[in-house]
Amino acid sequence: MDAPYAIEMVNITKRFPGIIANDNITLQLRRGEIHALLGENGAGKSTLMSVLFGLYQAEEGVIKKDGKEVKINNPNDANDLGIGMVHQHFKLVQCFTVLENIILGVESTKGGVLQMDEARAKVKALSEKYGLHVDPDAKIEDITVGMQQRTEILKMLFRDNEILIFDEPTAVLTPQEIEELMEIMNNLRAEGKSILFITHKLNEIKAVADRVTVLRRGKYIGTVDVATTSKEEMSRMMVGRDVNMVVDKEPAKPGDVILKVENMTVASKMHSNNAVKNVSFEVHKGEIVCIAGIDGNGQTEFVYGLTGMEPLVDGKITLCGKDITKDSIRQRSKLLSHIPEDRHKHGLVLDYPLEYNMVLQRYYQPEFTSGAGFLKRKEIREYSEKLEAAYDVRSGQGPITIARAMSGGNQQKAIIAREIDKDHQLLVAVQPTRGLDVGAIEGVHKNLIAERDNGRAVLLISLELEEVMNVPDRILVMYEGEIVGELDPKKTTVEELGLYMAGAKRNVDIDANTPEVEESEVIDTAAARKEEK
Amino acid sequence: MKDKKFSLKNPALQSILTSLLCIVLGLLIGYIVLLMINPAGAGTAIKTILLNFLSRSSQAAQMKALGNTLAKTAPLLMCALSICFCYKVGLFNIGAPGQYEAGACIGLYAALAWHLNWVICLILAGLAGAIVGAISGALKAYRNVNEVISGIMLNWIMLYLTNMILSGKKVKDPASPYTIKLMSGNKGALIPSAGLNALFANNKTVTLAIPLAILFAILIWMILAKTKFGYELKATGYNKEAAKYAGMKEKQNIIITLAIGGALAGIGASFLFLTGYQEWSTTQTSVPMMGFNGIAATFLGGLHPIGTIFASFFIQSITDGGALINKSVYPSQISDLISSIIIYLCGFVLFFKYALNTWISKRDKGGPNVNDVPVTNDDAKKEGGDK
Repeated sequence: MDAPYAIEMVNITKRFPGIIANDNITLQLRRGEIHALLGENGAGKSTLMSVLFGLYQAEEGVIKKDGKEVKINNPNDANDLGIGMVHQHFKLVQCFTVLENIILGVESTKGGVLQMDEARAKVKALSEKYGLHVDPDAKIEDITVGMQQRTEILKMLFRDNEILIFDEPTAVLTPQEIEELMEIMNNLRAEGKSILFITHKLNEIKAVADRVTVLRRGKYIGTVDVATTSKEEMSRMMVGRDVNMVVDKEPAKPGDVILKVENMTVASKMHSNNAVKNVSFEVHKGEIVCIAGIDGNGQTEFVYGLTGMEPLVDGKITLCGKDITKDSIRQRSKLLSHIPEDRHKHGLVLDYPLEYNMVLQRYYQPEFTSGAGFLKRKEIREYSEKLEAAYDVRSGQGPITIARAMSGGNQQKAIIAREIDKDHQLLVAVQPTRGLDVGAIEGVHKNLIAERDNGRAVLLISLELEEVMNVPDRILVMYEGEIVGELDPKKTTVEELGLYMAGAKRNVDIDANTPEVEESEVIDTAAARKEEK
Repeated sequence: MKDKKFSLKNPALQSILTSLLCIVLGLLIGYIVLLMINPAGAGTAIKTILLNFLSRSSQAAQMKALGNTLAKTAPLLMCALSICFCYKVGLFNIGAPGQYEAGACIGLYAALAWHLNWVICLILAGLAGAIVGAISGALKAYRNVNEVISGIMLNWIMLYLTNMILSGKKVKDPASPYTIKLMSGNKGALIPSAGLNALFANNKTVTLAIPLAILFAILIWMILAKTKFGYELKATGYNKEAAKYAGMKEKQNIIITLAIGGALAGIGASFLFLTGYQEWSTTQTSVPMMGFNGIAATFLGGLHPIGTIFASFFIQSITDGGALINKSVYPSQISDLISSIIIYLCGFVLFFKYALNTWISKRDKGGPNVNDVPVTNDDAKKEGGDK
């Protein structure tokens, strides 16, 4: 037990046809440390973890636990060695309770009858010890994503796992939940657990990790101490070049009004009340307006209402001077491009090849369909190749790659290419950088600013504070379905933004005429609306 | 070695291989069943099933039997196309038999009660099938009723509705439970043979229906693979939400798909009943097998409209071949039993395909393949190297 490392992966090489996913990679996890694994999309992080978890077998290299060489042939072996994993997409049974999910697979029974009391006591003790607060009798489908994640963590602890792998755990969490998770990870470390933390968010590495191992394109770049390494250095290791962490942009030159939303109200699918309440604002040509807010405050429903995916309960939308309130999605798409929140659910037909996805919004246009209704496959192929080159969309087989086989970052690039290249005056970008790495995020932000500078109006819906502060020219904060604040990103701070997002502060009020903050920062939408009438 | 591996990954070849594997396994199990019942006649019996028309003595008789098989292949192919088309759009049209019944009902009624021409009867039969299909489609689109449930229920509703309507005075032969023969009732409603009968020892049931069914297969393949319409329908089938996002009318697409599926099955019914091959029995109490066999033909045909042409012929051929088994050696149900075993195995195509792919990927993963290393190394260097 004197070996310093809880788990060691030494000189791991894993090949797939046509690519070396892991090329001689060494990863050493000390006992009781949080060790971050950093790398861009497709750098080989997931493959390495799959090797550790027994899903793949490495061609070369050895895995050592407590200094002794071990063979991991399947996830059960990994489990027996005390290795547990919280996957990015949770593996929970939706209609089971938290407790039922935790004991799934390791149930204790007496004469075929489940013995829940013992398990309940253990879960209760564990959640108190590590500050993991979840109601054991709540059903998974009724609890928040953050609580679902805690259930996954409890699952690992229930199995007495010593080595915990977190695969991009913060991608789905709100800022508050992220903070809570960091706290939990600290608690776990304090109790002697060893944690592997897969991420590409440098702030989080800085916040909790002790050491970080960086991978790039399947190769091992290095392992460094987090405390003595700056974020810039880490990002350089990750992408292999200097990354511009601050978004470069000229001041906006707003022109005419492109989008005008008046008193928009959208019903909620989950509850009986309205998800979007009486929202009014304008977006001008040549500016980026960001709707900020914590997830689940009506942003999704707002976008559905704006793009025509859901009908409005009330209100009016004017796009380029034309009332589009009753228009179909297809009609709206002539002037409006939409980078959707969920690229798998809405943005792509995953079983279609890339080239078919590239024309998803335009396939019916004469450029791609002949008068007789036949697809012009040659033109589609050429168009797809053109977009792939222009937007650096990488895929295994080019236009004929099935979209499902592409990495998340490249899927997103394909959607962005498609939406920006088609005719439009307004670009609605919903969390366009979700799940992307630093290099890709920089590219997306450049695209958005280029859009603005090309005289389009951009409406960005974002949950990432850094993005909200850096990219837009104006910020609108949405809280419980209402616009509660309008801020100038140059004059506001993250702390102030946080207060608006949490509903503790508002400067746009329908009833009050006297806003709480400086006049210069405020556009009184209520007054503006009265003038309209 | 390398070529073999690459070709094994070719999806088209995989489809053909797995289909053949299903056929072989089906025959094998059928043979074992025959052996268990009566070992002496098993060899002859399985040969009879396989040879079907070729087991007849004279060439004329062979051609005539082949004509019969082809005449029944046409409606089976139409049902298979109905299921194949819907399947490509993400819908399992198990309601094909019901749509087939509707086609038979209206096709025969139009022929016998209204004395209409065969072309019009055919179109009306297609419309009837389309309406039944559209009912399932509308329930699915607007009320999220699973098309399998509504399809199965409609199969039975349509069966008894058809029995009732075709029992009417104008259409039913008063002396038997069958509808009036078209030869005596309305010759104009018979699909013309256009000289095809001469090729098959003057078998009058060999009609234009056969080439028409093949044309439909080609048409369906073209629609799915080459047209804007097919692009939309498949996108809807793969991902309804993405289709909606892209401005497609996803609800309408579901209804249209099942209506087209229904039309194909409905026309399929008239390809049988308007050839004079057989009449509708108004006392039948089971849903016609034609629609269900279409499911097997679809899967055996690799879910490809062109593949279903061959699969339909094979399934019809073993069904007919089964009927020729010596009934003094085996009980009379044997023909149905053996052909259903083979058809049942045909449904395993997807399973075998999955197994094959698992095996291939396991072989690729498991241990370093000496032959591959240098190649992958170079490729990876090209892709992975820094610019």
